[in-house]
Amino acid sequence: MMLVAGIDIGSLTAKALILEDSKIRAYAIIPTGVDSEGTSKKVMNSALERAELSLEDLEYVVSTGYGRVIVPFANKNITEISCHAKGAVFLFPSVRTILDMGGQDCKAIRCDASGKVQNFAMNDKCAAGTGRFFEIIAETMELPLEELGGLSLEAMSAAKISSACVVFAKSEVLALLRKGVDKKNILAGINEAVALRVFALLNRVGIEKDFAITGGIAKNVGVVRKVEEKVGLKALIAEEPQIVGALGAALFAKEALEQV
Amino acid sequence: MIAHYGYADGSGEYYLIVDTDRCDGCGRCVEVCPNDILELAPDDYGKTVVRVKDEFVNSIGYICPACKRRDERCESVCEHAALSYTW
Repeated sequence: MMLVAGIDIGSLTAKALILEDSKIRAYAIIPTGVDSEGTSKKVMNSALERAELSLEDLEYVVSTGYGRVIVPFANKNITEISCHAKGAVFLFPSVRTILDMGGQDCKAIRCDASGKVQNFAMNDKCAAGTGRFFEIIAETMELPLEELGGLSLEAMSAAKISSACVVFAKSEVLALLRKGVDKKNILAGINEAVALRVFALLNRVGIEKDFAITGGIAKNVGVVRKVEEKVGLKALIAEEPQIVGALGAALFAKEALEQV
Repeated sequence: MIAHYGYADGSGEYYLIVDTDRCDGCGRCVEVCPNDILELAPDDYGKTVVRVKDEFVNSIGYICPACKRRDERCESVCEHAALSYTW
């Protein structure tokens, strides 16, 4: 039996996943605190507890994500781009294009059948289409974050939002709310603006089927539908889209052990 | 692997693109960069290739277009045509 783990320290959430041979044994997701090192220990312990294991039982740990270099118990760190590709292809072997919509950035990745990255582009300068963007929209509209996607699908028509920039979008949303525009229509407009933006990122790397969306925003069904419309392909989405990066990291850990 | 370093914003697309299959890690581009934004480092699959240093990825649009007027720039000195840009 081979026990390895992947740990993904994202900008908003930290994920740890334990792999037993090729099976997911346990995982945990917690918010990333200001103390990244402490966060890495906390999320790993939480996954270990669920798996009824201790850190010593793990033969290899690969870290990934924005905070990957500060994980004290990692044997190796790998970029989240390679990890998302690896994880997505493991879950859906036919996937060649991945859109990762994370807490503070978006990445478009094209990969081969083994999950090796062929082409990637990311945008972490702009918050459009990120978790933080939708948190701010939810706050501005006084709606629970989890309900944004479902509500947007009930829109009669999409309100015109001219900017996917969170600073401008927020003021546009406020102006629309004051005019009495239905929140559902505003949400549909937001999703349209975001979808256009990520579609441009996807076109940079070229879209090849099958197509998957990973990261927390994959849970927003409204965004997913709009992106699918633009791309012209149905998006494959993991049962828990937030752990795909950690899964990829764990798979790299497994490979590293097998190479020895 | 084609690696896009940079971003798109309201004013345009600013990507420095590295074809890591073409790059042989010679480092001529790193030497010629007047702003020292490039480095050689192993990628996730173990090949040493050129990349944009993390701290400069989000300011490429302010730094790099100025090199258009120079004869010797990262992309022009590369013998393998491994670098390209979008501005």
